[in-house]
Amino acid sequence: MSATTPPATLAALPLGDDALILSHRLGEWAGHAPVLEEEVALANIALDLLGQARALYAELADVLGSEDEIAYLREERAFLNCQLVEQPNGDFAHTVVRQLFFSTYQQPLYAQLTPSLPLAAKAVREVAYHRDHAEQWTLRLGDGTEESHARTQRAVDALWRYTGELFRPVEGVDARWEELEEEWDTGIRAVLGQAGLTVPDSPRHGAWSAGAGRQGVHTEPFGRMLAEMQHLHRSHPGATW
Amino acid sequence: MSADWPLWEVFVRSRRGLSHTHAGSLHAPDAQMALRNARDLFTRRSEGVSLWVVPSVEITASSPDEKDPFFAPAADKPYRHPTFYEVPEGVRNL
Repeated sequence: MSATTPPATLAALPLGDDALILSHRLGEWAGHAPVLEEEVALANIALDLLGQARALYAELADVLGSEDEIAYLREERAFLNCQLVEQPNGDFAHTVVRQLFFSTYQQPLYAQLTPSLPLAAKAVREVAYHRDHAEQWTLRLGDGTEESHARTQRAVDALWRYTGELFRPVEGVDARWEELEEEWDTGIRAVLGQAGLTVPDSPRHGAWSAGAGRQGVHTEPFGRMLAEMQHLHRSHPGATW
Repeated sequence: MSADWPLWEVFVRSRRGLSHTHAGSLHAPDAQMALRNARDLFTRRSEGVSLWVVPSVEITASSPDEKDPFFAPAADKPYRHPTFYEVPEGVRNL
């Protein structure tokens, strides 16, 4: 992409990568979810996100090629997703908290982008459900048994350092970042408080926080995930059903 | 885990003006989660505009043993069916 690339095109890659990578992570639960009903719920969220990724990648067809090329033939450093979405599923609480953190970010972001991003109006309704689903589970796990509380708190503590990155301005994305961060902070504190969970006091920005995903720098688990996601397409180039 | 969760019966209203129809059942820890599971399992292809969930244990069902006294006597009483009226044109869902 060059200096003359229009903003909507620049925005499509990081937002599309967020959606694709989280979709793949959620898809990893297929066949492994704690209950059948929840497996379908997670797969539904994954498919919503995959649809968002496809719509965003379609905007990049002239610059980067087909959806398949964009998803399956880029190297790790070319992915611009935030590091939060690439984090492994862990236990169910970990997946729920990752979803809570991301959906609470994505919903107001897409709401802000509705006028400029054609996909946003439809996506914001999908994401509202993702957020609701994650909130419902956070409340039940945090306020559930001793075991579920401990696991959920551990997930909150572990993922906290990946949340500062969400609010660093992204090239091409015309959002009011400070406003987004305030809204996220208020929303997350309300849910965690109601669930009886402790909001970590560790920093979300600076030296101890993570986050250069938007520059293509990713955490160790991402490489393995990408290898699995891409291997079929790379092993059988051009294969069709 | 799901063995510990109660069973819920799901009713879906396919569009305004029609009644809720039984669609199936599912497991969920409580009513709110049952509604959400129902949304994911039964309405993701635009099947409905409204959902009810009811704990399965709350349903009292007629027994198969009582089938004859309950239902058989109705079979030979055609005058109970509103077949002797003319249905005005344009009336749907009757």
